[in-house]
Amino acid sequence: MSDIVIKAEHLGKRYVIGHQTAGGTTFREALVRNVRELWNKTRDLARGKPIIQGDRQEEVWALKDVGFEIKRGEAVGIIGRNGAGKSTLLKILSRITEPTEGRVTIRGRVASLLEVGTGFHSELTGRENIYLNGTILGMTRAEIKKKFEEIVAFAEVGKYLDTPVKRYSSGMYVRLAFAVAAHLEPEILVVDEVLAVGDAEFQKKCLGKMGEVTTTGRTVLFVSHNMAAIQYLCSSAMLLQSGHLISQGTTQQVVNEYERYESSVVDTEWIAPVPWYRGMEAHLKKIEVVDGRNQKRGVFKSSEAIYLKFTIEAEKPNDNLKIGFDLIRNGIVLFRSEHVDSFSTNIIIKKGINILVCKIPPDLLREGDYHLRPMLSIHMVRWILNASEPVLHFAIQFDANRSPFHHLINERNHPGVIFPLLEWRTE
Amino acid sequence: MPSLSSRENVLIIEPGRTEKNYWADLWRFRELFIILAWRDLAVRYKQTAIGVLWAVLRPFLTMVVFTVIFGRIAKLPSDGNAPYALLVFAAMLPWSLFANALAEASNSLINNANLIGKIYFPRLIIPLATLVTAFVDFVISLAILLAMMLFYRFTPGWQILLLPAFILLALLASLGPGLWITALNVKYRDFRYVIPFVVQFGLYISPVGFSSAVIPDNWRLIYSLNPMVGVIDGFRWCLLGGNSPLYLPGFLLSLVITAFFLWLGLGRFRKTEKDFADLI
Repeated sequence: MSDIVIKAEHLGKRYVIGHQTAGGTTFREALVRNVRELWNKTRDLARGKPIIQGDRQEEVWALKDVGFEIKRGEAVGIIGRNGAGKSTLLKILSRITEPTEGRVTIRGRVASLLEVGTGFHSELTGRENIYLNGTILGMTRAEIKKKFEEIVAFAEVGKYLDTPVKRYSSGMYVRLAFAVAAHLEPEILVVDEVLAVGDAEFQKKCLGKMGEVTTTGRTVLFVSHNMAAIQYLCSSAMLLQSGHLISQGTTQQVVNEYERYESSVVDTEWIAPVPWYRGMEAHLKKIEVVDGRNQKRGVFKSSEAIYLKFTIEAEKPNDNLKIGFDLIRNGIVLFRSEHVDSFSTNIIIKKGINILVCKIPPDLLREGDYHLRPMLSIHMVRWILNASEPVLHFAIQFDANRSPFHHLINERNHPGVIFPLLEWRTE
Repeated sequence: MPSLSSRENVLIIEPGRTEKNYWADLWRFRELFIILAWRDLAVRYKQTAIGVLWAVLRPFLTMVVFTVIFGRIAKLPSDGNAPYALLVFAAMLPWSLFANALAEASNSLINNANLIGKIYFPRLIIPLATLVTAFVDFVISLAILLAMMLFYRFTPGWQILLLPAFILLALLASLGPGLWITALNVKYRDFRYVIPFVVQFGLYISPVGFSSAVIPDNWRLIYSLNPMVGVIDGFRWCLLGGNSPLYLPGFLLSLVITAFFLWLGLGRFRKTEKDFADLI
């Protein structure tokens, strides 16, 4: 019998979302669009494919290559910004949705509190709802009977037990809902933002109850934006960002990291503050930091390639345009790169929008925070943009799987501004 | 520590896995099925003045109207010696069972969207549980039929023993299209407008107000393409005994159509089921 209760390997979930291409607003154009959409939908329906709204489709990985192990009795916090993939992860663990790839092995019964009061029916009485909700959350009738008194006492609704819950105050409603959920006895409890409800007094009670759950040898997965609650309840934590698991460790460590990156991730995209105007010749509109799947990211493993996407608008085809950047770490310019640096690059700037991508190869940079200072010029004539301050920020973490001596690789033992994993061989 | 090791159940989640354990899961979640069916029943007539009488009133009044229009005014023939009111009500029973079951099942997923988005269970439980409600309404109406039989001093034959089989057939006939439509409803809410239309239309093209014997012989087989023709004829045969002999080729055809819809509905439902949570 292993002590690992949840093991996730290469977990991924893909969604296909549709976009409405901004198009004409005239009646005729709208009509054409509607007809095309109707055609697309009918085709999808006939093929039994899920229907996508809109006329342009995009694949989005809500979760990608996520792997972790959770031991019995651990309380693990899952941290991340909105859209980082936390809810998707919980949905997969509670089997509401299936992963697109990878697998999870779970030992024991999982109960999820994705939202308290799931399945409550307003016409039914408190008593009836306890049975209904309990069953929905996975308790057997016998279990509910056994716990009934306890649930009622915890919820403090004794007097109103036979009143339809639609007559309850919202506070009573939430208390009853949480009481049922709190008395589930699963081996693994998945909790999402329950503490956002109820008054302060009740929240304290809930926290206490959850703490109690973890001391009885159960495993708790806890998602919250409330760092204090996470620190109070969880011994370890995971940090998700754009669907990737970027950090795992003690709660304190991960919370610190989250707070550090919280400010940095905002800068994975830079949009020119000045609009384009005629006579400018060319204009750097946007820079994005993306990964190999074209997803915007703020944090990369050292084993991943980083792509810098420059969006340039040119008034006319231009051979003399030069786009480049300085990469800065700890105030030191590590290097400057320009798109004309190499003979092997053959980029022709055409009229209109040009998107240039610069790849920073994997296993080159060392761990740390990086800043980017862009520049755009007409070769030997004038600057169009020469930023004095960095405008973009991303971070690299050393991928421990890349080196057996990863724990020794720090500035002191392994000096240098970069840390390339070079090729070594015998001859 | 609670006894974890005694029966360690290991759950593996991976693409396509739910698919494999589906029918076993359906059995494991039987308590959920029971409680959902109970909930639908408990809630059905809450805050109505005459409550469960609604289950009786609707088919009964329709029966009265049909008896007057088809029996008295149009003077259509009954089957054998059976009173016309009994002929109509014997058909009204399976028809309302079918119509209620179909309507409830078709909207069931939408009505339970909050459950689907929050917890895992085989989704088939939801439309199945709605059949129970329709069935309970049916049982109540059946009592009315028995009362009517007493009133007319009508004794059914041995065929009545086969009634449960035809009740099951009526449920299956509604389940097939019901599953299909409820799955479509998740993506296209259009289909919730289809059902009232189908039910209204079906009441007139199915032999509810008249006997199927009225249909000319060379059209009867085609008429039986409507699966409810087989169900209704079966009910009349059970309840009215020798008065309504069963038209066998038509009945078998109805069976085939019912089976086809069941296969289709179940297939479509199962195919789209795993995406419900993402779509609803």
